[in-house]
Amino acid sequence: MNVLKQLGLALFIIGIGIFTGSIFTGNFSLTEAELNEFLASKNYKSELIKDELKKATVTKENLNIFEFSSRVRNAYKTSNNYYDALIAKYDAEKNWDKKGEQYQYKIYGKPHTLSYEIAKKAGSGFVKENSGLLWWLTFGLSIIGALLFIIPNLVLLGRPGIKNNGIYHKASTNRGGIAWVVFVYLVVFYLLLYFMPDYIVNWTYILDPISIFLNGGPASQWFVYGFLYCTVMVVMAVRMYIKYRHNKYQIIRTTSVLFFQIVFAFLIPEIMTSLNMPGYDFKNAFPLDYDFFFEWNLDNLRNRGAIGLFILVWGTILTLIIVPVMVYFFGKRWYCSWVCGCGGLAETLGDPYRQHSDKSLNAWKLERWLVHGVLLFSLVMTLVTLYCYFSGAEAFLGIKSQWIKDTYSFLIGAWFAGVIGTGFYPIFGNRVWCRFGCPLAAYLGLVQRFKSRFRITTNGGQCISCGNCSTYCEMGIDVRSYAQKGENIIRASCVGCGICSAVCPRGVLKLENGPETGRINPNDILLGNDVDLMDLVNQK
Amino acid sequence: MEEHIVIIGNGISGVTAARHIRKLSDKKITIVSAETEYFFSRTALMYVYMGHMKFEHTQPYENWFWKKNKIHLKKGFVKQIETKSKTLHFAEGDTLEYDKLIIATGSKPNKFGWPGENLKGVMGMYHKQDLENLETYAPNNKVCKRAVVVGGGLIGIELAEMLHSRHIPVTFLVRESSFWNGVLPEAESAIINREIMANGIDLRLSTNLKEIISDENEQVKSVIIEETGEEIPCNVVGLTAGVSPNIDFIKDSEIKTGRGVKVNRYLETNIPDVYAIGDCAEQQEGINQRRPIEAVWYTGRMMGETLAQTICGNRIQYNPGHWFNSAKFFDIEYQTYGWVWAQPKANEARFYWEHADGNKCIHINYNKNTREFIGINTFGIRMRHEFFDKMLNEKQSVDYVLEHLADANFDPEFYKQYERNIVLKFNKENNTNIQLKKKSWRRIFA
Repeated sequence: MNVLKQLGLALFIIGIGIFTGSIFTGNFSLTEAELNEFLASKNYKSELIKDELKKATVTKENLNIFEFSSRVRNAYKTSNNYYDALIAKYDAEKNWDKKGEQYQYKIYGKPHTLSYEIAKKAGSGFVKENSGLLWWLTFGLSIIGALLFIIPNLVLLGRPGIKNNGIYHKASTNRGGIAWVVFVYLVVFYLLLYFMPDYIVNWTYILDPISIFLNGGPASQWFVYGFLYCTVMVVMAVRMYIKYRHNKYQIIRTTSVLFFQIVFAFLIPEIMTSLNMPGYDFKNAFPLDYDFFFEWNLDNLRNRGAIGLFILVWGTILTLIIVPVMVYFFGKRWYCSWVCGCGGLAETLGDPYRQHSDKSLNAWKLERWLVHGVLLFSLVMTLVTLYCYFSGAEAFLGIKSQWIKDTYSFLIGAWFAGVIGTGFYPIFGNRVWCRFGCPLAAYLGLVQRFKSRFRITTNGGQCISCGNCSTYCEMGIDVRSYAQKGENIIRASCVGCGICSAVCPRGVLKLENGPETGRINPNDILLGNDVDLMDLVNQK
Repeated sequence: MEEHIVIIGNGISGVTAARHIRKLSDKKITIVSAETEYFFSRTALMYVYMGHMKFEHTQPYENWFWKKNKIHLKKGFVKQIETKSKTLHFAEGDTLEYDKLIIATGSKPNKFGWPGENLKGVMGMYHKQDLENLETYAPNNKVCKRAVVVGGGLIGIELAEMLHSRHIPVTFLVRESSFWNGVLPEAESAIINREIMANGIDLRLSTNLKEIISDENEQVKSVIIEETGEEIPCNVVGLTAGVSPNIDFIKDSEIKTGRGVKVNRYLETNIPDVYAIGDCAEQQEGINQRRPIEAVWYTGRMMGETLAQTICGNRIQYNPGHWFNSAKFFDIEYQTYGWVWAQPKANEARFYWEHADGNKCIHINYNKNTREFIGINTFGIRMRHEFFDKMLNEKQSVDYVLEHLADANFDPEFYKQYERNIVLKFNKENNTNIQLKKKSWRRIFA
């Protein structure tokens, strides 16, 4: 069994190694015809860009993606610099007409994204030409390796039950060297994905055939991310199934997040795209889906006929009615640990790291400021956007619509949700984003705290303050501080993953939905003591 | 000047007393401990060795808590209590004066004078220092090729589970003919025997330790079995044959002691302004069929809650409610509410149901004449404390309890439920016609 495990680990590392190494392969160049075709599709007005791009990309040299990207970005920069200089010149001359004319020649967009678009067409080499083989060498080997590593746990973990043995003895789960390596890898991965997609264009070639099969077009970096996301979740769900095979709540919950990720977040949008509909994740509720009310999305949906209109109405109803009503009946867990994609990754890939959440009072204070701050930020942004959309103004309350959207997308959408949210798993736990940053979680949390039937019931006086519940709470709730007072746990942040209940050695905690009366029950004296004393002290 | 309350012992009893005194008053509070700087959950030490937690996770309060609540912590070993001058003398040489003294020093592991019981590698599993010892002598199965655990109680089985988690082979010597059968009925005891063996533990029932043999470095080499004379080579011996009150330092004082510190129902000792709570306190006689000394987490806490009232001017008797307890035997959770004795008393009848997998059971005790429900043991099925507390308060019949058993279930959602099978079996055996009622939130939260 241990041999199988080691073999699995080796295969996994080889697979990841090839996947990572593939970034550095391939040659990137265009023929003149290809370049012209690209330029025609783009309709640039700049007179310089054609020559600049030609110098950069139409070449016999063997350029790797980094050299290619640097050349392309320079080409755009040269063109833009030229017109910026003209703008400055006419500005100095106070020649406003001429100055105004120049803006149409500028090319907007993030340099790496512009470069990605050309690179996607310019690549050639072993990876692109052998995408099937490469799939097996990367995804295939990693999946098989990971499964070989995980499945022997059926025997090695011992009999069904909570087996957290050695979690704090292992470097991978106790912030040791391995955890830091994983941390760096994940952070770099997200930085590339969000900010330098051209560098990972080779990965898109590996998945081109699958993408074409599903939606008719070649794979983008977001397709790669979506596919990878589903793959990782499936493999790590197998781990969950084995680890919690005695616990039906965990089995069903894991199946649920897996289903919603694969079907709702991945397959349905891809299929919709192939049917020439707007690809939409029907479970992704605003304000987690922060650009739902952005102009481009509203315009897009309004121009797509009945389905577009349906999505518009559905998205609004989802946030305003379905989400809070469901939270009333079931707590925010129905979304955060049963449906949500971020939650899905946290509950599968993130499960080995759940113990790293900070349980201190200070962390709780920070959490409340941050998460509600982000909620407020998203609401202000949406308000400004909608006002400008309907009024045609550029700003509202002195806030520029474009500026606030860009700022939010960059700070919250990319850095917080992606780089920090997932990259920090091995060090700060698996719910950093959900706890400190997710505006939807903040909204659900307010409903859960003040108007919900959900609670974690504490079983009378049975708590022995051992601390397993608090240690394994991914949201950093000091569960024990309530349990040892015989008090139910009602916390805005609780995502109802059910692990506190699973790890409790004395059967003290139960997630349940019940009447609102008596849900919050602060006690000074616990059940089991003198009845008169309990009455005396616990009077509310 | 507020009066000075000094508490010896920073376990659950002493800390609960301190917290409640603070809630009720501005008295000066000092907690003295020789073991650790801060309060930790003793029952959680096992999880530190097993790697489920780090030691700091066993501390229920953050370190700033004590200063914020003006509870002074003093690390020191009390060598002597001078009750006339109300002074504590520390082994370190300093002294401390008190106005009121609470003794909450807990227990210490029993040693029965076995030859070799003080060798290196022989340890209890009670103090933080024991954990450190175990980490030294049994870090893995290379250093510790076999461990022998002596004593078939809760700490013994926990120590066996701990060692097992690091793949160290364990021989488990149990004096009784079946594990913990002084407390549990045979059926439950048999389930645990099976669970122990299913985990690969070498369980030896009806087996006593004769002596522990030393190697040339004063370290454990092996143990000898009393009954057979067999020698079992091992590197660690865990002595877990029960605990007794940790009161050696009081023996020379005026404070009256028996096995523990003698207290009345107000938890007062024979000396005014000196109280004792928790494992080290001994009632003149047991309350409501309880033992005079109860070395249980929950009772320690309850005594702390009660004594705080007395200290703060509301003199009140210690009056624990219905008995309850819980434990976990490897993967089997156990809870008990009310009384289910190992042997039925003359007026008692029993009902036993066991699941086909052999890991779950319930055992109900009731009065065969009045049918009053007396208690329940439950293995592998979580049950609601509040439910059974209510049943016992209301003196409900066994029939009523079974009829409403669905209300008692406390297992996580989606777990399979067995109430129907349980009631069916009861009806069949007793010729009754109890109809199981559907779970009702109204009843549960009434």
